[in-house]
Formats: sequence, C-alpha cells, structure tokens
Amino acid sequence: MLRLPPFTFRRPATLDEACALLAGEGAGEGRPVRVVAGGTDLWPNLKRRQEEAATVVSLMGITGLDGIGNGGANPGAGAHAGDRDGPTGSAAGELCIGATTTLDRVAASPVLRASYPALADAAAGISTVALRNMGTLGGNLCLNTRCTYFGQSEDWRCSIDYCMKEKGEVCWVAPSSDRCWAISASDAAPVLAALGARVRLVSCAGERAIPIAELYRDDGIEWLAKRPDEILAEVLLPAASAAGGRCRTAFRKLRRRGSIDFAALTVAAAVWTGDSGVVERASLWLGSVASSPLQARDAESSLVGRRLDPETIAEAARLCRREATPLDNADFTAQWRSRMVEVWAADALRALVRFPS
Amino acid sequence: MSVLSPVPVTTLPLLVNGEERVVAFPVHHTLLEVLREECGLTGTKHGCELGECGTCTVLVDGRPILSCLALAAEMEGRSIETVEGLARGSELHPLQRTFADLGAAQCGYCTPGILMAAKALLEENPAADEAAVKEALAGNLCRCTGYHKILQAVAWAGAILRGEHDARPEHEWLYGSPEPSSTDRGEAKPGGEEVGARG
Amino acid sequence: MADPIRQLGAPGEAPALRPGRVVGTPFRRVDGRAKVTGRTLFADDLAFPRMAYLRLVRSTVPHARILRIDAASALAAPGVLTVLTGADLPEPFGIMPVSQDEHALCLDQVRFVGDPVAAVVATSEDAATEAARAVVVEYEPLPTIATIDEALATPHDDERIHHHGDGGNVHKKVSLRFGDLEPGFAAAALVLDDLFFYEGSTHLPLEQHAAVAVPEDEDRLTLYSSTQTPHYLHRALAQVLGLSAGRIRVIATPCGGGFGGKSDPFSHEIVAAKAALRLGRPVKVTLTREEVFYCHRGRHPVLMRLRTAFDRSGAMRAQHLRTALDGGAYGSYGVASTYYTGALQTTTYRLDAYRFDGVRVFTNKPPCGPKRGHGTPQPRFGLEIQLDKAAVELGLDPAEIRLRNLAPAATVTANWLRLGTNGLERCIDAVVTGSRFRERWGRLPHGRGLGLACGAYLCGAGLPIYWNHLPQSAVTLLLDRSGGVTVACGESEIGQGSDSVLAAVVAEVLGLPLGDVRLSVADTDLTPVDLGSYSSRVTLMVGQAAIEAAEKARELLAGAAADQLDVPAARLVFAEGRVLDAADPERSMTFTEAVWAAEARHGLIATAGSYTPPRAPGRYRGAGVGPSPTYSYTAAVIEVEVDPTTGLIDVEQVWIAHDIGRAINPVLTLGQVEGSVYMGLGEALYEEQVVRRLPRHRSGASVLRAVSMLDYKSPTFLDMPTVETYLIEEPDPAGPFGAKEVGQGPLLPIAPAVANAVYDAVGVRIDEVPVLPHKVLAALDAAKRGDPARFGPKRFPEVDYGETLIVPTPAEGGDGTAINDWRDRERRGMRGAGGTMAERSAEPRSGRR
Repeated sequence: MLRLPPFTFRRPATLDEACALLAGEGAGEGRPVRVVAGGTDLWPNLKRRQEEAATVVSLMGITGLDGIGNGGANPGAGAHAGDRDGPTGSAAGELCIGATTTLDRVAASPVLRASYPALADAAAGISTVALRNMGTLGGNLCLNTRCTYFGQSEDWRCSIDYCMKEKGEVCWVAPSSDRCWAISASDAAPVLAALGARVRLVSCAGERAIPIAELYRDDGIEWLAKRPDEILAEVLLPAASAAGGRCRTAFRKLRRRGSIDFAALTVAAAVWTGDSGVVERASLWLGSVASSPLQARDAESSLVGRRLDPETIAEAARLCRREATPLDNADFTAQWRSRMVEVWAADALRALVRFPS
Repeated sequence: MSVLSPVPVTTLPLLVNGEERVVAFPVHHTLLEVLREECGLTGTKHGCELGECGTCTVLVDGRPILSCLALAAEMEGRSIETVEGLARGSELHPLQRTFADLGAAQCGYCTPGILMAAKALLEENPAADEAAVKEALAGNLCRCTGYHKILQAVAWAGAILRGEHDARPEHEWLYGSPEPSSTDRGEAKPGGEEVGARG
Repeated sequence: MADPIRQLGAPGEAPALRPGRVVGTPFRRVDGRAKVTGRTLFADDLAFPRMAYLRLVRSTVPHARILRIDAASALAAPGVLTVLTGADLPEPFGIMPVSQDEHALCLDQVRFVGDPVAAVVATSEDAATEAARAVVVEYEPLPTIATIDEALATPHDDERIHHHGDGGNVHKKVSLRFGDLEPGFAAAALVLDDLFFYEGSTHLPLEQHAAVAVPEDEDRLTLYSSTQTPHYLHRALAQVLGLSAGRIRVIATPCGGGFGGKSDPFSHEIVAAKAALRLGRPVKVTLTREEVFYCHRGRHPVLMRLRTAFDRSGAMRAQHLRTALDGGAYGSYGVASTYYTGALQTTTYRLDAYRFDGVRVFTNKPPCGPKRGHGTPQPRFGLEIQLDKAAVELGLDPAEIRLRNLAPAATVTANWLRLGTNGLERCIDAVVTGSRFRERWGRLPHGRGLGLACGAYLCGAGLPIYWNHLPQSAVTLLLDRSGGVTVACGESEIGQGSDSVLAAVVAEVLGLPLGDVRLSVADTDLTPVDLGSYSSRVTLMVGQAAIEAAEKARELLAGAAADQLDVPAARLVFAEGRVLDAADPERSMTFTEAVWAAEARHGLIATAGSYTPPRAPGRYRGAGVGPSPTYSYTAAVIEVEVDPTTGLIDVEQVWIAHDIGRAINPVLTLGQVEGSVYMGLGEALYEEQVVRRLPRHRSGASVLRAVSMLDYKSPTFLDMPTVETYLIEEPDPAGPFGAKEVGQGPLLPIAPAVANAVYDAVGVRIDEVPVLPHKVLAALDAAKRGDPARFGPKRFPEVDYGETLIVPTPAEGGDGTAINDWRDRERRGMRGAGGTMAERSAEPRSGRR
C-alpha cells in the first residue's frame, strides 16, 4: 500500500492559531510546515514524495472557515470577523465563500447556481463525488501545478533524473527552455478569474485581499503569489450585478473520461451585456493550458461592442486558440488540445447565448 | 534494532458502524489504514491509495469519502460507516441482496466501495434514476462487470427501499423465474432460442 | 449417463417433485454473500502474528548491468529485518519451460524500469518503504531497446537483452503455411493488403497483487497469493526455493481481478516465500498500483500486415498474415502469444489456404503476456476491418460477407483445428436484427455509424503449459453421512464465477440444493490439480471433471438406494435433496439416507473425476497452440456518434450475441459478456500501455507513460454505453451440459466493430487502437487533402521469419505434419523430441470418456 510519510499533525481551532503555526519556529526552512484542507492534493503529493512536510496544519477544525454567504453574514468570517469592515473586508453585495467549503457544497449551492452557474458547474465537474465531498474550494485554488513528468512516483521521477520542478535540471516538456511548464489544473481558478473574484489571504502579519488573477504566477514551480505563511481564507465574489448589465457565465471542460480525470482544457467565459444584447464587457479565461489561468485578452476585446452571433463567436474562439499554447504535459496530444481550444471556447460562448433570461 | 519510533502517534475514539472504540495509531495513517489494520475491518479495500479509483470509499457522516485520502486523526466525532455495517445482523441490506443476486459483484474487490457510494445516494434519493446513479458512482472503477449489473442492482435496491417489496429487476426471468421469457422489446426481436437482456 | 436435465425432461417421466434444476437457471453466486458483506478475505486482508512486510526495490533504469547494491543503510534503518538480492535466489524461472528467463531479483542485469532488484523486509510497511528508499544500486547503462524496429536492428550478441530465443533480440519466430496461396491470389477478384496496429494495454485488476508467506513447522511453507494459477506457482516456488513441492502449500486467495495478469509466477511471491523461510515469520507483500503496471503481462502491441484474396462473392480464398509482437523484457507466455496471433484466424471463417509469419521481440519494457483474448484480439482487429473494407469494395453488406465465409461446424480447419458447434450465423442474425443493421448501415446521417465484427475463442487450451499427459483438471467429492457433499478442486475463483460453476454442476448431477455443496478450492495441499483460470478453460474442464466425479457418486448411491427402495437403479432420479423413483415419486429417500446406504455397502463414498482434452489432429511444430475442445463464437454491432470537428467518439450502444453453448448460470454469463464489452471498449477507445522516452541525446530513460489509475484511462460508469446481450444456446457435446466459454470471446469483436462504425460514421479508416480523437481528425484531414482517408501504420518491418513449415491441409490429404520439418519425421518414430510443449503435438489420449 502506498502510504504517507510521517509528520506532526496540528488541528488548530482558529485561524489565528493556524497562522501562528505557519509562522512558528522552523516554518519555511528545511522543515516545511504545510497547510491541508480536504487533503485531496496534498496527501497524494506527499505519498508520491513530490512534496514534503514536517508538520501539517489542518484547517478543517477551524469553525466558520467554511460556508457561503453575503458579506458580514458569511460564516467564513470566522475568527477574523472583526476585520471585515477593514480595507480588505468584503464590498457591498459581495458573496463570500469560506476556503474550506467543500466542492460538493459549491456545486450544490442554490445561490451560486442562480448567480454564478459557471462556478457551480466547474465545482461539480471536478474529479468524483467522493473527492468533491472532501476537496475544498481553497484547496482547488492552491492546487499544485501538474505535469505528466512530475505527477508520478518518486522512483518514476528518479528514472528520468527528475525535472526542474524539483531536484532535476531540465523541464522535460521543453528541454531547451529555462522554465518549468507545469500547468495550472484548478477548474475553479479560471472561472473565478473570469468573474473578477478576490481571495483573502491571512497571516500573522495581517491580511490582504487580492484579485484572484494576481494569486497566480506564470511559473510551474512558484505558481502562487501567496506567501507560505499566508492562508487563503476565503473567496470574495463580486455581486452578480456589480459591473452593471446582465452577467452570463459558462464553463466548459475537456477530459478523456466522464469523471476522475483532470481537465485537458477548460474555458471560463463571462460576459456582461446591456439591454440591446451588445457585449459591454467580456472575460475569457482558459485553464489547464499554462502554468496559470490564461486570460484570452484578444478574444475578450473582439467580443466587446458586438452581439454574440455565430461569426463573433467563431472569431473569438479562433483568437483563443492563438493565445493558448498547450504543451505535451497533459492528457491527449498537445496539437489536438490546441485545436480543441477553439472548439471548446466556441462551445462556451454559445452556451452564453443559450443562457436563460 | 530500534524499537522506539520517532513517529507521532495519537489515540482517538472512533465511531465505526455505530460502535465506538478507542484506537491508537500513527497520526500519518489514513482512515483506510486504521480501519484495516487497527480496527480489523478489512472489508474496505484499496486500489491506488491516491484517490483515483474509488475502491476505498466509506461513509463519513453519511457522505461517501475516500478513506485513502482522509487522516484518521480528522475523524473524531464523525460517524464512519463501512461495508461491515451495512447488513442488520444477518439480514442483508437491499443493495447487498441485489448485488449478490445479479452478480453485480464479480471479483468483489470494488464492491464494498460501490455499495457504500450507492447507499449514500439511495439514502439521499431513493428514486435516483440511472443517470443519477451513474453520476454518483462514476468515481468507482470496476474492471469486471462493465457496470451493467451494478446499475440494475442499484435500481432494484432503490425500488425495494422505496417500499416496493415485490419489485423485480428488469428481465425478471433472469433472476429466478423458471422459464425465460422472450425479449420483451416489441420491435426487432431476433428469432430463435436466444434470450435478451438490456443493460 | 445422459445429460440429467434431458433425462429429467424426457417424456413419460414427469416426476411429482420438480427436479432441482440448477444449471440453466439464474442463481446467486456461491461467493455472493461474502463479497457483499466484506467477508471475502483477499490476500492483503490476511494478517498473522509476527507478520513482517516486504517492499521490492525496482530498477529505475531501462537496461543496465548492476555494478553494486549497497543495502548497508537500509539494513541499519529502524525495523528492518533483512534485505534480499539476486544472489539469494539464483535459480531462474518462467511460466513456459522454454522461457526460463526471469529471476526473483535481478542477478546482474536489469531489463526494464520496474525490474525487481532487491527486497527489504521490516516490521511495518512504513519501515520497509523507508528502508527500500535507502538501498543504493549502481548501474552501468546499456543501450535502451524500446521498439520492434530497434529490437530487429540489434542482432549482435553484445546488444541482446537475453541470450535465448531466435537470435539477437528476436525471442520467437514462426512461419507456417497451410495450403497453396498462389491460386487464390492469382484468381482473386479483390486483393487487400493492409497494415494494422494494436496498441498494448494492461489488465488493471482493482486488487493489487499481494501474497503472504507463512513458514510452518519442519521446513514447510504456505503461500497465500492472489493468483490465477496456483499450480504453476507451486511448481515455480519448488524450483526456485529448491524445496520439495510436498513441503510447499499454495493457496490462491479469492482474486480481486485477474484478466490474465495474475497467471505468471511473480517475483514478489517467490521473494516473500524466501524471506519467510529465512526469518521464520510470516511475510506479506502488497504491490503498489505502480508496481502492478510493472508486473504487466498484458496485451502485446502487435504490428500486422494482412493480405487476403477475395473472390467476387466475397469469399476469402487465401490469406497471408504477418505479425510482429513487442514482447517487453521477458518471455512470459510469449511463445504461445506469438502463435496465438495466427492460430485462431481460421476458426470463424473458412480459409483453405493460409500462411502465418510471426515474430516476437524483446524490448526494455514491462513484459507482455496473456490478457483476455491472449494474442487473438490483435489479428481479429485486422481481419474484421479488412472484411469490412472488402464488403465495401465488393458492394456487399458487412453481415453478408461474413455469412458467406462462415467456417463450417464440426470440421477440421486448414491449420488442423477441430471445430465444434458453431453458433456464429445465429449470433450475426441476432445482432443484425437487434440493431436493424441492414436497414441502417451506410444510411445513417454523417457522424453516426454502425460497425459489425465477429470473433471466436478457445474453450480451454488443448495442451498444458508444461509437457505432460496428465489430466488438466480434477475434482474429488466426499459425501458426508451427516448431509451434503464436499467438493475439492484446484480451480481458482478470479471473479468469473468458477466456484459457482463447480458447485452448480455437482448440485445438478446429485439433485442437491446449492447450499448443500461445500467447496474446497485452490489449495495445493487439499485439492486436486486444476491448471488454473486462464484460456477460458474452467467451465469446460472443471465442469467435465466435476460431472464425472458426481456421476460416479450418483451411481454408487443409486445402486444402494435402488436396493432399499426396491426400484431399478436406472429409474431413480436425484432431485431436491431426494432420491426418488421417476415412475412413483412416493417411493423415495433423502439424499443423506442414500449416502448411509451406500457408505454401509462400500465404505466411505469419495469419488474423483478428471478431464483431459481430446487429442488434436495437428502434428506440426506449433500445432499445440490453438486446439481446444470447442470454440465459442460472438458477433457484435456497435453504434457510434463521431464529431467531425473534434474526432471525439461516443459509443451509443452495443448489441452483442454470444454462442455460449449453454449458460450454466445466465445471470453470471451476461456479466461476463458485459465485462468483456467493457474491457474491449477500453482497448478500443481509452487505454494504452506505452512508454515515454526522453530526448535521446539527453537521456536513455524509457518509462511507462501511465503508472496510475488517473493516467491509465479505464472507462468509468459515465463512459459505458448500453449493452444489449443475446445468449445463443446451441449445446456443444464437448462442454458440461453443452456449455462453452464466455469470459474472453465477447471481447474480440469490440475493437474492430468500433473502427468499422467510425468508418460508417465519417468515412475514415482507423487501422489501429486505441481509436483516439486526434487520429480521427488526422484521417479526416488526410481525406480533405486527397490522401488516403486513413490513420494507421505505414510500414511493416523486414523480418527474416526463417524457413516456412509447409503443412498440407486436410483438403490436400495431409496428415497434420509438416513436410519439411525433420522433427516431424523423427517424431513419427520417437516420442519426446525437442521443442516446447506449445510446439509439440498432443499425444493420443482419451477425453473424459
């Protein structure tokens, strides 16, 4: 049986305690302290010895770090409820989702289903029922980047002399390149980016709320802008009507099988249209094609000021394909995935047209 | 030889199949390991230990989870159900009966995990249709059955749980009636002695 | 005695009690309750006092000499009890006598990433795992050989992976010719010459291999293992451990999925046994999922060239099949696999002139072996697609061209296989009618298509793996004066329902309720030899042995009961736990009373039955692979939807008809068909076991692409289409109650039916599996460019197959031997000439009767 390596386990009851543990002695130096929520990413990574931990701090014992609610009513306020009115607190009408809210709750939430169906869809499509009952939204956002050369056992990685994401020299996906091309595999990230969500990061040094797009770095090794002593405490979604106009969202995912598999490609689309049906603002993000969620800026621009007619959709989809460069580090061939960017993007955009009024 | 282990160990009361027991185990051991090795409940199987096959599925507070990816140390105060707790005394749960009768368990190795996932589904929705059953069980791989007998068994058990005690599976002749009836599809029935069953 | 069902059903007998018919009616499998309650104990569920845990250290390089193994720090690690290396187990082994090329732990050379090099035993699995990481192995790299082409291009001694086989990295060459092909090709209305490729795949049983070795008193050892072949494992253990087989007990635990993947004796089993003997305490080894991928023995990747002559009516007049098998690093069943890629080509359709050339090569990859269908799905894929192409060329319906080619029942084929009953015509009728194939094929809208394909399979290999004249299956019955009967047989339950078949057959003959039949199985101390769960042999061979044992017991009981009841023994019927007079059912006694009467007269009532397959008519070298007591037949139609913009394929429905002879238990039979369809669809559309190589100038690494359940794409509930199954019952006299096999045959038509359906949907030929979306798109792109609308292999390597054995066919008046083989000439005068068991012809011996 594949087993976890030994570690010390802490299960704090408050976010403050958890932050203190992360800032504690030895943290970040040789004896890594790791945060775990649902465990569906960290435990396999530890079993495969892709990551290490001397101490693991579970967030699952923290009351109030899970839940979905509006602003102050958010159970996710938890220990830091008092900070809510501060500069990083939620804006009016913002919807807050606690970091340890499990993916099945995100998928089933009537509020999200009604206002942000793409997020509910994305959550509902992650892996399997049992995994969604364990995995959390915060965990999905912090998911380690994935690569077919990295997501393997220790012996397997030894067989290829490892890669630059750990102790190796090269990136086997692109051996002449000087960077790691492991991909961002979070399904929630591109949707939340398209929706303009923010995340609240908490540490002993204080807290900050940053746009989710800024949480990610285009680097397979250092993929998060979050400091190791920071805990992603909650996700803040702008009010559905905040940007004016009607917001429609769609999420599409490509994978080999009907479940279990990570995405080979995801498309998250959000458009805000005026009464005339003309797109006032568009947000198009691609997942699983780069080390961070990828914003298809040209495609977005091409949509603004136009109606979502077949021609517009086809052009935006073509632009998406041009902006994404999938490499051979996920399922399917890179070339085919590249072609599918266009097909899947068009499908997502068409879904926006069918969005019930 | 070292006998003193540097491995942190914990002792917790675990509520398994309605029975509480105090168990000591290394903190890095998963619920799967503790159930099988500390509690002697080997009915819960393992197929990958990485959350990729569903074989180790158990219920925690009524919800299916993967015991290979859950620390036993997180289980205090939670209610854990395994396949050993499914029958009431010697009376099989309807799912167990239908799985046994339809051959939905061939090698039987994925069976405990699938039974637990199906139990959670039927408790939430005894009227789950085939699409819902597929969705609920899609994380549980089976290499033997092609899933058909499992779908039929869950549908039959659902009917029994809904109180339809005389419920019989589709193609009743297959499951105990003395003489095979011909295929009951009206159109395009192949002639001769062959008998048909639709999965 | 006649078939009891028929006897009971005969006119005029009409017993008042309804006979306890078991055979033919659905019943709960005898291990059903244990499997749904979690009570079934698989190998890894076993625990013994003082049990230690073993972890193998596996090679991280594809091909190298071992320079040094440093286990000092592993030995010093907490909890470690011992470390074993190749020097501890120097005796080689291998499933086939001709390929004794494996070592429990590599001696001086590693041949693939995953080859076991050392073993660490510790007081816990955690400790064994940690310590195994500390074992240092120093390697001197050797060139990596990872493809058929590379293996063929490395003929020199210093480039060889093994020093046995047919030269260089060629493990086995076969070249056989049956009849004259020239007239057929010369007169052909159509000659098709196609290349096909069937990618490798693995069994992926849900249960990872596991074994527990328990030392017993006085140099005795018990090994519990998840194996399909306890008897062959028993022999391998005796051979490698140097212990008399009488001191080794092998118990096959219920097997959590096999599919052929647990049919070889494995390193971990032998090493655990050695460690247990050394330490004097039980040792458990449970492989990780990744290690199961390294054990492999799965489907051989096979490149094929198939050249066939058709006449105007669509009849095949001559065929030349060339195959090249990528065998991986060891022999395993490979010699048999090589022959199997050609042997069954004649069983479905009549072929009077047939030539087969096959070659298997060694490569630095996990060894291939037998997977469900063993060597036959690959050529079946080629043949069934080529028939589809021929039908299109000749303007025939794909069903019609098959019906025009059907192999006649109860004949001997050109390559000297004796066919039994053949229900293929009815199978084709059933699926064609069920799917409305004739009305819809070629007429569906673009993107939607139907594909038809057929297949045939063995009902047990005619010969055992090692050379002997002994029965291939045996069953003993012990009748209990307190009631019931104990049945002992070496068969091993791997989920296919073999225990249930055994119990049902005995219950049927003795008229007992199933619950009164107690089984003792797969225990070399207690049960007579059965060769194991492979080659679809169990229902037929175990069934026949069980019938013989039960009929002997019934005869003894009937004699004694007849006297007491004062009725002629011939009039007695055994039903519902009673022995009764068919003419006057009031005259009866219980089964137990009959046992008393018989035991009083004869002493203990214990009977034995055994089964040896009938002699096969082929006598040429290689004739040992292919013969079977009879063959099962299958036809399938598959409907797909293909998206021309993505190449993605959605299988909508499968119609499948299987000639089962007679279903012992229809519900379990359906389960086998559905499971075969599933595994076939996996191979057709999802699964592949392939290696990934790094840029050559940077690294010689060659690793499996998928070593996890995440990366290896076994279809889920959501990927499985509806399956409509028709069981065609045409009892075969060779089978118990007429039964044939069902575990493997239904897989065969699936992959070609998918490919044929894709053609019907979008007009392109995908001549390889898996049929992946990028291949469909590539073929559609090619069609748009005006290139052949096809995706598949483009060349077949030049292979020196050696001298072709020329075997005159039955029609040519042959005697089953080759005219140009000195061995055949010698054998006529002398037994026991060289060659492997597989290559030898069967010696004359009788069947069950």
